[in-house]
Amino acid sequence: MARPIPLFEGLAILAIASAAGAQQPAGAEVKPVKIGIVTFLSGAAAGPFGVPARNGAELLVEAINAGSLPPPYATKGFGGAPLSLAFIDEAGGTTKQVSEYRDLVQRQNVDVVVGYISSGDCLAVAPVAEELKKLTVLFDCGSPRIFEDASYQYVFRTDAHAAMDSVGAALYVTELKPGLKKIAGINQNYAWGQDSWNDFESAIKALKPAVETTTSQMPKLLSGQYGAEISALLSGDPDVVHSSFWDGDLEAFVLQAAPRGVFAKSTVILTAGETAMARLGAQIPDGTVIGARGPHGVYAPDNQLNRWLRKAFFDRYGVAATYPAYHMAQALLGLKTAYEKAGSGAGQEKVIAALEGSSFETPSGTIRMALAKGHQAIEETVYGTTKTVKGQVTVVNVKRYPAEVVNPPEGMKTQDWIKASLKRTK
Amino acid sequence: MGHVLAVVIDGIIYSSWLFIIAVGLTLIYGVMKILNLAHGSFYALGAYAAASLVGRWLSAGRAPFGSYAMLILAAILVGLVVGPLIERGLLRFMYGKDEIVLVLVTYAVFLILEDAIKLVWGVDAYFVSEPYGLLGSLSIAGLTYPVYSAALVVVSLLVGAAFALALKRTRQGKLLTAVIQDREISAAMGIDVRRVYLVTFTLGTMLAATGGALTAPTVSVVPGMGVEVIVLAFAVVVIGGLGSFAGAALGSLIVGMVRSAAVHYLPAVELFSVYAVMAVVLIARPKGLFRALEARKI
Repeated sequence: MARPIPLFEGLAILAIASAAGAQQPAGAEVKPVKIGIVTFLSGAAAGPFGVPARNGAELLVEAINAGSLPPPYATKGFGGAPLSLAFIDEAGGTTKQVSEYRDLVQRQNVDVVVGYISSGDCLAVAPVAEELKKLTVLFDCGSPRIFEDASYQYVFRTDAHAAMDSVGAALYVTELKPGLKKIAGINQNYAWGQDSWNDFESAIKALKPAVETTTSQMPKLLSGQYGAEISALLSGDPDVVHSSFWDGDLEAFVLQAAPRGVFAKSTVILTAGETAMARLGAQIPDGTVIGARGPHGVYAPDNQLNRWLRKAFFDRYGVAATYPAYHMAQALLGLKTAYEKAGSGAGQEKVIAALEGSSFETPSGTIRMALAKGHQAIEETVYGTTKTVKGQVTVVNVKRYPAEVVNPPEGMKTQDWIKASLKRTK
Repeated sequence: MGHVLAVVIDGIIYSSWLFIIAVGLTLIYGVMKILNLAHGSFYALGAYAAASLVGRWLSAGRAPFGSYAMLILAAILVGLVVGPLIERGLLRFMYGKDEIVLVLVTYAVFLILEDAIKLVWGVDAYFVSEPYGLLGSLSIAGLTYPVYSAALVVVSLLVGAAFALALKRTRQGKLLTAVIQDREISAAMGIDVRRVYLVTFTLGTMLAATGGALTAPTVSVVPGMGVEVIVLAFAVVVIGGLGSFAGAALGSLIVGMVRSAAVHYLPAVELFSVYAVMAVVLIARPKGLFRALEARKI
């Protein structure tokens, strides 16, 4: 069931492309860089994830084409080459995404694909990218398995993987609750949820071996009804409940669990909770530990790029930029850095060489492509606890964990690292 | 003991939710022999309509308890508008065609409505959680349950009782039963089958919308929410026997209880459990628990 590009998005593409073209001096023949952007434009993940990411791409590309980004990105295009975007809806499952990917590369002839929020889609598309030899930047998905179970030449990921979120969560809650005895989890039953829970549980048990797991719930993605799961969580009386829920599932869980006292009885840690802060507001109970999959959104540093993104995003879309928009910015700025390092008119192989192992500035601080032979980013991570102030949800007790503390070293798998080394990092 | 009680309570709540949705699906199949894949969209429309009406009601500063009336109004409106529109505007031209053709037609309706929802409400989520917490909560077996969940059980019991009474005790119910048994003989005996079809489809749509409207306060109302529901509802009616009301009730209860037990005792098999039960039932009774075997017509 292929989804054609809707009229609105089509017009947006034309507008961006024509605006970019207008920047070129007459007679200059700089080949545009066509970027395929894959993000959820429909379904439950569209509102909290896909649309902020798409908006981030739109905003960044317009600014890059206009040369209006703050330093060090104040030059136009990718080394002068204007950018055009082709948006694809990520909804529909992995089989559809593989078809869409082939279409982007083989029929639409994009120069680079930036995409994928779902870890399932990343795992499915990465081998196809390798087969088609097309530079592909995974911008948001989290499963560590993408580069830990395989090696890719054409695939990069410019956000840190889920080990960072899980280990950061474990460090935060063990500091918050030194007497921690029982944990429980509710995570979605696919790559992201399973990997997140396994890493969190392993990290907690590495830090505090006596901690008991009362239950690990793995409902189906988008199941929506969590009555029995909430009872199972409550029955075990855990000190901490871990959830990597995202999209509508995260919001439904908060709406159903809060009235039943889960948040009052246990400290709930939502590793992707930042995306729900603006949407649910004060419905997220005080004392909830919130992550943003890195230093994004409310946790983003006070740098010039972040000030620009916050203001431009809010002015344009009327809402605060959440972490999917920050992740999109990382991917596009990483590519801009690589294209410009490779030089004007450089081929794909030179761009890949330039991106491998690179470091670049973003609204979330410095990103380093430090793992998987320079194909996987690491970044610091941040956790905080919610507190409602004058009807607005804010975060307090914010703790930042340096990238080296919450990411495994190069060449080591997450699980091996957690079991062997995590105690020493505390 | 407390744990077992929690399993039973969770199972009953989930079963009640499923029954409200599945009974409309089985009603439409029983009377019209249509496997209505658009049922999930009717559920989603009910949720969206409820979110809009409750949102407007509360933002106008009216009494919060009135939001329950808005939930019911949303279901009625969707049923009365969408049901007749699709039955009169589309399905009546398809009667007499193969059941597979009708499945494809309702699938097309499902796709159209999914996009229509996005056109009208956009892709962002809607939240109307106020009715969920408004009734307070009660403590059973050491666990807290919102009274809203108990109300859901009551609504499903009322729906079940109303169907049982209407089918057995009213003239319209007996006419409906006659059409279920044999459409051609019913028409020959003077029953206005077209009218029965219209009323049935409207009622079925209204029941799906009721399920969606009652679910809206507990979830974020988002595009695609009808997809998961239709799969579960089909599992329920297949277990119970397509077209059987008692089957829909028993199917809902079985699915709810099995799922609840899996969540509490063996969460790793929760996803598998519902479909395992369906497979076992179909092996033992290929037509479902409550559907009588039909003699082959030569």
